[in-house]
Amino acid sequence: MSSETKQILTTDGIPLEVSLKKAERKNKIKAFLLVAPLLFFLIITYVFPIGDMLFRSVDDKMVTQMLPKTFKAMENWDGQELPDEEVFAAFHEDFIKLVEDKREGKLSTQLNYTKNGFKSIIKKLRRKSKSFEEGNYKEQIMSVHKRWADVEYWRAIKRRAPEFTSQKYLKGMDMYVNEEGKIVSVEEDRRIHRVLWLRTLEIAFFVTVFCFLMAYPIAHLLATLPMKYSNLLMICVLLPFWTSLLVRTASWMILLQQQGIVNDFFVGIGLVADDNRPEMMYNKTGSYVAMTQILLPFMVLPLYSVMKTISPSLMRAGKSLGGTPFVAFWKVYFPLTIPGIGAGCLLVFILAIGYYITPALVGGASGTLISNQIAFHMKSTLDWSFASAMGLMLLSGVLVIYWLYNKLVGIDNIKLG
Amino acid sequence: MALKKDFVKFDKVDKSYDGKVLVVKDLQLDIEEGEFVTMLGPSGSGKTTCLMMLAGFETPTNGEIYLDGKAISSIPPHKRGIGMVFQNYALFPHMTVYENLAFPLRVRKIPKDEADKKIDKALSMVSLQGFASRMPGQLSGGQQQRVAVARSLVFDPQLVLMDEPLGALDKNLRESMQYEIKHIHENIGVTVVYVTHDQSEALTMSNRIAVFNDGKVQQLSSPDELYEKPVNSFVAEFIGENNTFVGEVSDISGGKCKVKIANTDILANPISVKGKGEKTKISLRPERALINPSDQMDNIHSGKIEEVIYHGDHTRVRINLLGNNQFILKVPNSSANLDIKLGKDIKIGWNSEDARALDPS
Repeated sequence: MSSETKQILTTDGIPLEVSLKKAERKNKIKAFLLVAPLLFFLIITYVFPIGDMLFRSVDDKMVTQMLPKTFKAMENWDGQELPDEEVFAAFHEDFIKLVEDKREGKLSTQLNYTKNGFKSIIKKLRRKSKSFEEGNYKEQIMSVHKRWADVEYWRAIKRRAPEFTSQKYLKGMDMYVNEEGKIVSVEEDRRIHRVLWLRTLEIAFFVTVFCFLMAYPIAHLLATLPMKYSNLLMICVLLPFWTSLLVRTASWMILLQQQGIVNDFFVGIGLVADDNRPEMMYNKTGSYVAMTQILLPFMVLPLYSVMKTISPSLMRAGKSLGGTPFVAFWKVYFPLTIPGIGAGCLLVFILAIGYYITPALVGGASGTLISNQIAFHMKSTLDWSFASAMGLMLLSGVLVIYWLYNKLVGIDNIKLG
Repeated sequence: MALKKDFVKFDKVDKSYDGKVLVVKDLQLDIEEGEFVTMLGPSGSGKTTCLMMLAGFETPTNGEIYLDGKAISSIPPHKRGIGMVFQNYALFPHMTVYENLAFPLRVRKIPKDEADKKIDKALSMVSLQGFASRMPGQLSGGQQQRVAVARSLVFDPQLVLMDEPLGALDKNLRESMQYEIKHIHENIGVTVVYVTHDQSEALTMSNRIAVFNDGKVQQLSSPDELYEKPVNSFVAEFIGENNTFVGEVSDISGGKCKVKIANTDILANPISVKGKGEKTKISLRPERALINPSDQMDNIHSGKIEEVIYHGDHTRVRINLLGNNQFILKVPNSSANLDIKLGKDIKIGWNSEDARALDPS
């Protein structure tokens, strides 16, 4: 009986499943071909760069490849005393090769990242190494500079042996691996990244809160007003979307600067003294104001789309059953808008956490975010691997938020419209 | 304890939304305590507006509404203590059935054990015991409807409003729900104001029916009176099936009038005609006209059968009678009437008191 139901044949005697697959295949191929361009586009512009970023942020092969023999010889070195002649000879051999290829400068830069003081002693070693005699390299190298006789420097070289490193990630958290190989924080006055991470979270959080507080009534109005008014209001909400981001940010600069329109107005109505105009830009206030305005539509639209589906009779039912307007709102209307709130907050928070142009233009020193730091390392210091590491930390932060949200609210509860 | 005659009173109520058109005109309506009153009318006739004014979601433009002797225009909806069943049920989708029913009790701060008893009672009233923990989305339309009814009754309101509550259900379910609501009303004696555009629903359930048209109550009376004795031609045509003749009164005397139709005089019951020469529309229910009439009937005419439609328990026969080719007869399917054939001439008779001469509109 069961075998009969398993093998149902078509009238032509072909198994039904085979026939079905054959019939569906054409459609499947068509569907795939339709999405294929997007798929390739995503792979090229998204998956591949992120993979490259991940690789770049942990990649530390450069020194490994420059000193292959040295690191091989160092495998047996315990790191307590100075290494023995074998290591020095291997280092000399590697070094001569680098000098021939004119790459010793790169080595000095790289080693200097690990420990300050390598630059000058490598320069000196290059000069002196020309007159080195065969054998007893330990003595000869140590005589070049007293640092070459310092075990700390040899340990620093050994730390660069692994092909991969978590050093950039640690640096992003203001931490490093010290001489004993322990992970420690940098001195308090040199911790710049932690401050930036916290500030990024803080600004993103408050921008989300401000957006929510402003968007909720707007979205409610949009959803309940008669069509002709709500259309007009919708245009007002969407207008920022149709304006260039730079134009919008620039207009905030005109409004918020110390001689700007808002300050003029405050002086005009006597709220502040003319010689004591508050700074509303090039600080956190500037970032808050401009980012809230720019991200507001991302909160309004999901809220609106959810509120639109809530029947007005639910509020009426709440009231007719004896709930005051507030109770009816809080117990009936508000819980039903939670999917929209979740979607809007998630969207705004994630966008805010990686915001770049606006804080760069109006944020000043105290209003910049981690993304500005990433851009700084991409453009100015050219430490791309560090920029990649921070970018990935940001990405994983977003993923954690997404995961948390899924745990708390459930992703399928989200409604973007 | 005598039941109040004017438990709910609409006193000269007008309602306009735009300041130009009156949706409700000079409404005067008394509803007795414990009564089941249906507001029946075509869409746009103002019946739902009246209900919304009673519930407090619309304010009267003029006039006053009294509930149990108190003017309620200035009382917000949540303080009126009126239960309401909405067209689309309006169950709170994020709450279980239990929480939906507990909502009106919680806002009234009723202790939990007492509230639980009331909820149990209300659920058993609509035979939904055991559904308390379900979400509304997991219930069928009929079950949701019954939850909505239970919720509107759970806090023991004196008055329950129902706004086309059965509109979304299929025909069979609708009919069984009609009886169910009717029985609940009979058992607990609550006053119900019910809005519908479905006349059979109104006839089945109500003590009295208010027929609305054009912002006015055309007739307020019991279902049988509404059907048998419509006071104007709108009601006659809106309720049930109706044969009409348009003519002119040629004589009026002794509680009967003669109306001239297509050169033939027929006898009718003068309801809204007063004198000779008035135009009138005569309304006659199909089942009051008989084929093979007995000789006592004072109207006997012959017509030609134009159409015969078989309906199972009866046959509908369309006849061309006195120039009206839309004259409908309902003939019970018995062996005596088997000779109804298309194109045949037959005699039809009725009593003049069943032919009501109404206004000509």
